[in-house]
Amino acid sequence: MTWFTRRLRRLAPQLAALAIILGIISLIAPGFLTISVQNGRLYGSLIDILVRAAPVALLTVGMTLVIATRGIDLSIGAVIAICGAVAATLITDGYPLPVVIAVSLGVGIVCGLWNGILVAVLDIQPIIATLILMVAGRGIAQLITEGVILTFNDDTFAALGSGALAGIPIPIYLWVGTALIIGLLMRRTALGFLIEATGINRRAASLAGVRARFLLFSAYAISGLCAAIAGMIVTADIRGADANNAGLWLELDAILAVVVGGTSLNGGRFSITASLIGALIIQSINTGILVSGFPPEFNLIIKAGIIIVVLTLQSPAIITLFGFIKASRRSDKLNHGTKEATR
Amino acid sequence: MKKALVAATAAAIFATLASGVSAKSLTVGFSQIGSESGWRAAETTVTKQEAEKRGVTLKFADAQQKQENQIKAIRGFIAQGVDAILIAPVVATGWDAVLKEAKEEKIPVILLDREIESPKDLYLTAVTSDQVFEGKVAGEWLAKDVGSKDCKVVELQGTTGSSPAINRKKGFEEGIKAASNIKIVRSQTGDFTRTKGKEVMESFIKAEGGGKDICAVYAHNDDMAVGAIQAIKEAGLKPGTDIKIVSIDAVPDIFQAMAKGEANATVELTPNMAGPAFDALEAYLKDKKEPKKWIQTESKLYTQKDDPMKVYEAKKGLGY
Repeated sequence: MTWFTRRLRRLAPQLAALAIILGIISLIAPGFLTISVQNGRLYGSLIDILVRAAPVALLTVGMTLVIATRGIDLSIGAVIAICGAVAATLITDGYPLPVVIAVSLGVGIVCGLWNGILVAVLDIQPIIATLILMVAGRGIAQLITEGVILTFNDDTFAALGSGALAGIPIPIYLWVGTALIIGLLMRRTALGFLIEATGINRRAASLAGVRARFLLFSAYAISGLCAAIAGMIVTADIRGADANNAGLWLELDAILAVVVGGTSLNGGRFSITASLIGALIIQSINTGILVSGFPPEFNLIIKAGIIIVVLTLQSPAIITLFGFIKASRRSDKLNHGTKEATR
Repeated sequence: MKKALVAATAAAIFATLASGVSAKSLTVGFSQIGSESGWRAAETTVTKQEAEKRGVTLKFADAQQKQENQIKAIRGFIAQGVDAILIAPVVATGWDAVLKEAKEEKIPVILLDREIESPKDLYLTAVTSDQVFEGKVAGEWLAKDVGSKDCKVVELQGTTGSSPAINRKKGFEEGIKAASNIKIVRSQTGDFTRTKGKEVMESFIKAEGGGKDICAVYAHNDDMAVGAIQAIKEAGLKPGTDIKIVSIDAVPDIFQAMAKGEANATVELTPNMAGPAFDALEAYLKDKKEPKKWIQTESKLYTQKDDPMKVYEAKKGLGY
């Protein structure tokens, strides 16, 4: 039970923010919270949020680990484009689905390992190291698709993006499943703990016997793998690989989701669950703006405004202030109490 | 005897050389922005085709979206002494100096697809489409198609603040002004992409009573329309019949959708800007006839009646 309350306390700010945002949207757009069953699948704006959040949520899982090692991965948006292009090319060439999925995932991991080499072996700063693939990646994707939007008509692959299983859209299974597997791997083994140690002080961790280099490699590889899954979802969703636009700026949304989730960019303590709630907050804002009917000129301003409020409430300064107020109240009470007693 | 042979050959060679000069095949430099979109790739392909058709030697320079590369390319063309220069300018400002250099060398410059903010005497003419007119053609088609029935339209705008988004919106509103039965009920940006087009359409459908109240979608480009078509299908409605689809650009994929009856109309942004440009150039070089400062390309309307599969086959190879 104490474990549960401790978890809840850690996630409280994010959950509160999500609830408030959903509440406000449902006031502006009535019917926002209704979920019905249509054509044998769940249907409604809340389901849309869960489906549309899939790419960012997947990226967020990988990004959380990378940020926990005190790194950052700017390349994942481009990796989405690369893996999407690879998947679309293989599908149009008529390869069977398992091959397509395996190769795309493999390409994602290779992209992650490339970042890993630059960061862990050559000791290049992560922001620069991953910037290389961020810039070059779209070019690579363009080369693969030969500069066009590569479309395909394969219903089984398209199901990854728009299909449903037992009434629930498949992208939801994919991101929740990936997050569960990676989350359990981190927390049911010592991996998560070791990654945190590496992020806080790599040298100290190494001296204590942690294989920091291997951990860095795996963090970036997982990030690439998550981006590959996201890339397949994005590509399957529109039945085409758009090298220019697939995953564009999603790396920034993923970083934002991690930060909204309360994981520090300085590395160390991380929470995948909190980051995922962060991703849901971002997608709720996006979907909320779309159903609210505001003119598009306001989209970014509304989004920025909400994010500022959420981040301010979590900022160390505000938390210290709250702590101070609480403490002073308690000491007031305490003083009062002692006075009463002495009287 | 030998001497005579040599003289004869020399004369023959001279003659062929001279005739080559007198036929005067034009050499034209073309500074393209880069390969930012499928449409631009098609524009490059068509420009090369048009040049080949007319026997024009085309020198092609890809600027990779950078003005400095374009200016470098133009200076290069001037140094090579080309007969004319075509530019698809990446931005609107900063061209005065290099255009003056071309003018001093008496090399006519023609702008393709976009206009610039320079004195009008620095270039021969500009060949562009009229984006407001494109929107108007789409709007007028819809007004004619729905007749007097009430029609709620949802609009998928281009990137917020971009000139095609502003102009195509304005034109469409002009086109449906006379028809008071047509109303735009929702308008959001889909960033000109399929993914966003689909996502925005999904929420429009939910916000408008499951999509049954929506009569038509107007998308500022075909890609967003393709995304919207998928969203409509997944909501269990029939695009093209339950909800009409009208968009702009006429890229090959929309013709496939039209052939299946899933899209209704598209207004072409022709990739053939070079054809009218070469026409104007030839007239100018031959009779010194100054063309108008702005040549408007045709904004042709395609509907399901125009044999979409045939148009698709014709456009497929252009590199869209």
